[in-house]
Amino acid sequence: MHATFSYPKYSFTPSDEQRTGSVRRHPVVIVGAGPVGLTAALDFARKGVPVVVLDAEDTVSVGSRAVCYAKRALEVWDRLGVGQRMIDKGVVWKIGKVFNGDRMVYQFDLLPEPDHKIPAFINLQQYYLEDFLVAQARRSDLIDLRWLSRVISARQEADHVVLQVETPDGVHAVEAGWVIACDGAKSSVRKMLGLEFQGEVFKDRFLIADVVMKADFPAERWFWFDPPFHRKQSALLHMQPDNVWRLDFQLGWDADPEEEKKPERVIPRVQAMLGADTPFELEWVSVYTFQCRRLEQFRHGRILFAGDSAHQVSPFGARGANSGVPDADNLVWKLALVLDGKAPESLLDSYSDERVAAAKENILNSTRSTDFITPKSEMSRVFRDAVLELAVDQPFARALVNSGRLSTPTTYTDSPLNTPDGDSFAGKMVPGAPATDAPVERDGQSGWLMEALDGRFTVLYAAGDGRVPAEVAEALDGPAAGPLPLAWHAVTDRRRGIAGELVDSAGRLRERYDLTPGSVYLIRPDQHIAARWRRFDAAALSAALDRAVGHAAGC
Amino acid sequence: MAKLMTEQRFASPDDVYQLLIDSHRDLTPDQSTRLNAKLILLLANHIGDAEVLAEALRVARQGME
Repeated sequence: MHATFSYPKYSFTPSDEQRTGSVRRHPVVIVGAGPVGLTAALDFARKGVPVVVLDAEDTVSVGSRAVCYAKRALEVWDRLGVGQRMIDKGVVWKIGKVFNGDRMVYQFDLLPEPDHKIPAFINLQQYYLEDFLVAQARRSDLIDLRWLSRVISARQEADHVVLQVETPDGVHAVEAGWVIACDGAKSSVRKMLGLEFQGEVFKDRFLIADVVMKADFPAERWFWFDPPFHRKQSALLHMQPDNVWRLDFQLGWDADPEEEKKPERVIPRVQAMLGADTPFELEWVSVYTFQCRRLEQFRHGRILFAGDSAHQVSPFGARGANSGVPDADNLVWKLALVLDGKAPESLLDSYSDERVAAAKENILNSTRSTDFITPKSEMSRVFRDAVLELAVDQPFARALVNSGRLSTPTTYTDSPLNTPDGDSFAGKMVPGAPATDAPVERDGQSGWLMEALDGRFTVLYAAGDGRVPAEVAEALDGPAAGPLPLAWHAVTDRRRGIAGELVDSAGRLRERYDLTPGSVYLIRPDQHIAARWRRFDAAALSAALDRAVGHAAGC
Repeated sequence: MAKLMTEQRFASPDDVYQLLIDSHRDLTPDQSTRLNAKLILLLANHIGDAEVLAEALRVARQGME
């Protein structure tokens, strides 16, 4: 199997500290070189923080696994310089179709709006994604990737963590100021700390068959309830690069996972779906069950959990990797400021608060999808089937059809880092919301707002017809030269010749942020809105910045 | 905020009751269950208010705890 991809073998090189037997203290050690750990490593490197990444294996994800990557994760990767490579290799899509039997009952468009740099979704085998992330990490001198390095114990001291790491050359100690555990759903760090990982187990099994074939299905997500080729169960189809197709078949709880993985069981299922005369090859087969569960808190002293080690969801909705990447995005800027002495350690608690809220939202959505796909009671099945039956002719019922609510970023509505609105604004860019993109020109080049939100705090000043009052410019130059990483941009309607101006010639930024002349937005390093005003006020900006780095009164 | 209306509202209550019963004539128990589920969904959407629905469900569940 795996005719379309050959797995890289990353070699183990003993570190200096292991060779010489001297223990070194690293500011940050990341456990796990999966999508979340590597994203965190790239972000730290971009902020000038050296990191050690320990991984127990010496290759990328075995099997295509995650496959669906959402806009928000891609925006993070784009900021880190690796998103375009994923988009170029991936299959871009945004349309989902849901069938009951052989009739389409529901269709959704995940990005109905034009003028965004990053697409709604791409499909890409997880091994490619990790391969690209590793390649990008290797270009940085600040990222020390250590393969075949398994963490076997973790001990927290007052101001650091001691990890015992087992490698082909034996066991040695590594000290870390902070540890980020990105070691997956079966996290060994979580087990070492004896933390509860509680939630719900779903009694159902699903078969994944990745097949290689030439097919003319469109680049869309197709989901069937009760299809003619797989009666009384659900099925899912996704296009991947290299003519690989992801087929997913619901099997029911009583299915025997070992039997169901055998080609003689899988091939007839695939043939029933594709037709007996469609040639295909099996690329990868897996039978999975799933759970929805999370840690109570994601920060435990100097150990922070991110990704599947902190929360697990069902695959319906693509909310696994797509919520792990925003974990890293949320954590890294905060920890970088703490390491730099520019924010109190308590800022890290907001990482847990904000991402626990996101995990709750993801688990809620994922659980609801699962309840629809795998009804837990007879009456639940009756209502599900009634919805599907009505959805054919009744538009209202289509909204109730739940084959997975696809990953969207979480708005940190209740975050203490937000400055509540004092002025009224229309639209979605409320404090705590992820910034939405818009086309802008910068220095005569067409580009995107997201490119200007480059990992620093950003202030946007709506300059309307091009005037930025001298006292405003002066008051913005102050924080831009201050201790916090911050940039400010005037937003103009056409080229006005202001340094750093973002020219909003299409008016999308004005429209999406409800800008009027003089409006101000403060946006966090992770591209979430921190505060906004209708009129510039230097003291209010300064207070909002303090609050966004955890210095607010009461924190 | 809308409130669940529980006072008698039908001009001809017996006609309405008969309408409900007649709609199940000749159906198997499974078909009747299906019909009821579809009816609930249609009416819930017609009401269009989750609070009213929640109140109706609360009243309907009385005596079952």
